[in-house]
Amino acid sequence: MLRLKIEKLTKQFGARRVFTDIAFELTGGESIALVGPNGSGKTTLIMTVLGLLPPTRGKTEYFEDDKKLDFEQYRKKVALVAPYLNLYDNLTARENLRFLSEVNGCKIDDADIDRALETVGLAGRGDDFAGAYSSGMKQRLKYALAIVRDPEILFIDEPTSNLDEAGKKIVFDLIKNYRNDAILVIATNETEEYTLAEKRCQLGG
Amino acid sequence: MPKSAVSLAGRTFAVMRKDLKAEFRSRYALNAVIMFALVTLTVISFALGILRLSPEMLAALFWIVVFFASMSGLAQTFIREEESGTSLVLKLSADGTSVFFGKALFNLLLLFMLAILIVPLFIVLLKAQIMSWPIFLAAVIPGLIGLAGATTIIAAIVAQASVKGTLFTVISFPVLLPLLVGVIEITKVALTGGIWGEVTAPLQLVAAYDVVMVTLSVMLFDFVWRQ
Repeated sequence: MLRLKIEKLTKQFGARRVFTDIAFELTGGESIALVGPNGSGKTTLIMTVLGLLPPTRGKTEYFEDDKKLDFEQYRKKVALVAPYLNLYDNLTARENLRFLSEVNGCKIDDADIDRALETVGLAGRGDDFAGAYSSGMKQRLKYALAIVRDPEILFIDEPTSNLDEAGKKIVFDLIKNYRNDAILVIATNETEEYTLAEKRCQLGG
Repeated sequence: MPKSAVSLAGRTFAVMRKDLKAEFRSRYALNAVIMFALVTLTVISFALGILRLSPEMLAALFWIVVFFASMSGLAQTFIREEESGTSLVLKLSADGTSVFFGKALFNLLLLFMLAILIVPLFIVLLKAQIMSWPIFLAAVIPGLIGLAGATTIIAAIVAQASVKGTLFTVISFPVLLPLLVGVIEITKVALTGGIWGEVTAPLQLVAAYDVVMVTLSVMLFDFVWRQ
């Protein structure tokens, strides 16, 4: 069982303090919503927890059955869906999913890709270049990448960004029916979205 | 979904294949590298007219063309990831070792394509006579390996700076200088028809450079790339 432990996490850029002493702990099957207005540090917190930004103070630790995981070990278990996460425009959707899964260490076949694309409503569009996709389709493709990799910890920043009503329904269904041993971290300021998580972490006052 | 694991070699080739696909679809680095080499050799050929350069001059000129041609294209492997915003997804998906080897292999392939193009041009346009092909290859092959290894880690550093183009050449020159000195010496012997005994010392220098540079790059890459 995976466990994510965050202790007194503080991030400061120069004199500006983005967040102070954030602390929470999640085990497999639990979810948390990072809630706060624009600029409150939700994305910075996600990047810090992912290990892509060093914290000013405090620490983030990942455990599997009480054994602490290093970056390379937990990196394989996490996935991020976010508007600022760009996929490769000059690769097709299928090539994007295959490449990003392969470098993450798991070999997937065409059936896995087709299933993931169908789940996010992109069936039949797998051979189109990602660069030819609309922003909503790109967002769906990021969910397809998360599905195909089947991560144990899923970080979602602004879950329904760029999505139409059909896309939003797909995302809500996906979050509600996501594997029940996974940790979900959702950053949002939409009431409808943060009620999808059991716990809440308020940022920015 | 049950999935099988991918080895380091598999991940490395996945990175290289992705870069090759992207390159052949845009041809950005390939065009830059080839055009630089082509234009430089043609201009020098016209400037020389019927004059013939000494083997020392030809050897230096060959590696100057390779060096500056590679400067115009090799940094693209990482700069393109930064500029298109794909470095985040790559950092989250891939380990540093496979990214380094994948991108270094891609750069090496690009350099071999460049060499295949410029060696005949070098012979035809600059009237260079390669007296010993084995010695010439002993300069070119380890020379290109060292160049690819060093420029890959330098490109990873430079991609995060704001003045990428100039910085890449400025940092690369002192780092590559020992390698260039060695390969120019070996190439000179190949052009004068010398024997293997004359290239022992520069070959040792180039081999040591390649081993140190690749080992150091693998050790430092993850730290450099994820900062």
